[in-house]
Amino acid sequence: MTFIREREVLIRDEEETDPRYGKPPSERSVEELLELGVINLDKPRGPSSHEVTAWIKKILNIPKAGHAGTLEPP
Amino acid sequence: MNRATRVLAAVMKAPKEYICVMKLHGEVSADDLKSVVSEFIGPIYQRPPLRSAVKRVIRVRRIYSIEILEVKMPYVLLKISCEAGTYIRKLVHDIGVVLGCGAHMQELRRIRAGPFSEDENLVTLHDVKDAYDEWRETGDPRLLKKVILPVEKAVEHLPHIVIRDSAVDAICHGAQLAAPGILRVETGIKVGTLVAIFTQKGELVAIGKALMRSEEMASSRKGIAVKPTCVVMKPGTYPPMWKSKAGKY
Repeated sequence: MTFIREREVLIRDEEETDPRYGKPPSERSVEELLELGVINLDKPRGPSSHEVTAWIKKILNIPKAGHAGTLEPP
Repeated sequence: MNRATRVLAAVMKAPKEYICVMKLHGEVSADDLKSVVSEFIGPIYQRPPLRSAVKRVIRVRRIYSIEILEVKMPYVLLKISCEAGTYIRKLVHDIGVVLGCGAHMQELRRIRAGPFSEDENLVTLHDVKDAYDEWRETGDPRLLKKVILPVEKAVEHLPHIVIRDSAVDAICHGAQLAAPGILRVETGIKVGTLVAIFTQKGELVAIGKALMRSEEMASSRKGIAVKPTCVVMKPGTYPPMWKSKAGKY
């Protein structure tokens, strides 16, 4: 299927990463997660994707949120 | 959310999977149903419906599979997996036309969009509210961390490229990725493929269009490998290490 793919990797070079910069995604603080987060949301029927996106912004108190497409585009 | 909204286009272009209820407008045999449905697997032509946000020219969309899950006349439960931009209502209507009796879509639910499926990490609005309130009230982030996934999840379906620490900040400032900045690259990338650029720590830096094939990315001594289309990481996360020219920067 198209959803699961075998991953084969070509190695060009190897190098250490400097622990002073950046961090693995799992170690992000809540503030960082709110900046760089996605939600797999079970949208209820009825309200539009647009409305639900507005609720998410309100619940999480964040300035920006988007959604990846509606079922039947306007 | 916030900076992560920049990768939405990658999810929108990803394959989708739906469960839908088709209501037939007449009697058909199980055999006819089966054979007609299977005719719609592969590339199909669709003209966007009257009420649509895109230009109404006939376009080709690929249907990867259609499974008949249940039949209870006049209702047929279907599981459809297809390319982004397929109109399911139109597909169901067209199946009805070929069946000869007509049909319409009664109900529709998307069960997968690229890396996001119904079976994994699916949360409700209530879950989001509860998790956020718990974090605000008790300071415990565990529940919220289950509800909010790292942006990296949204590009799981794209081929990954891992780059050197020294190449990261230049990309964050809008530079293109040159082949020598690459450490590892997934096979199967062609010119024009949408790819995800990662740090060695597994952080998403940017997504972009490949300007080389995987093999070239792994061996070229020079040349631009990827033209980023959107940068996700904040500049300054990694130190600037690119060579500056006199008078510039």
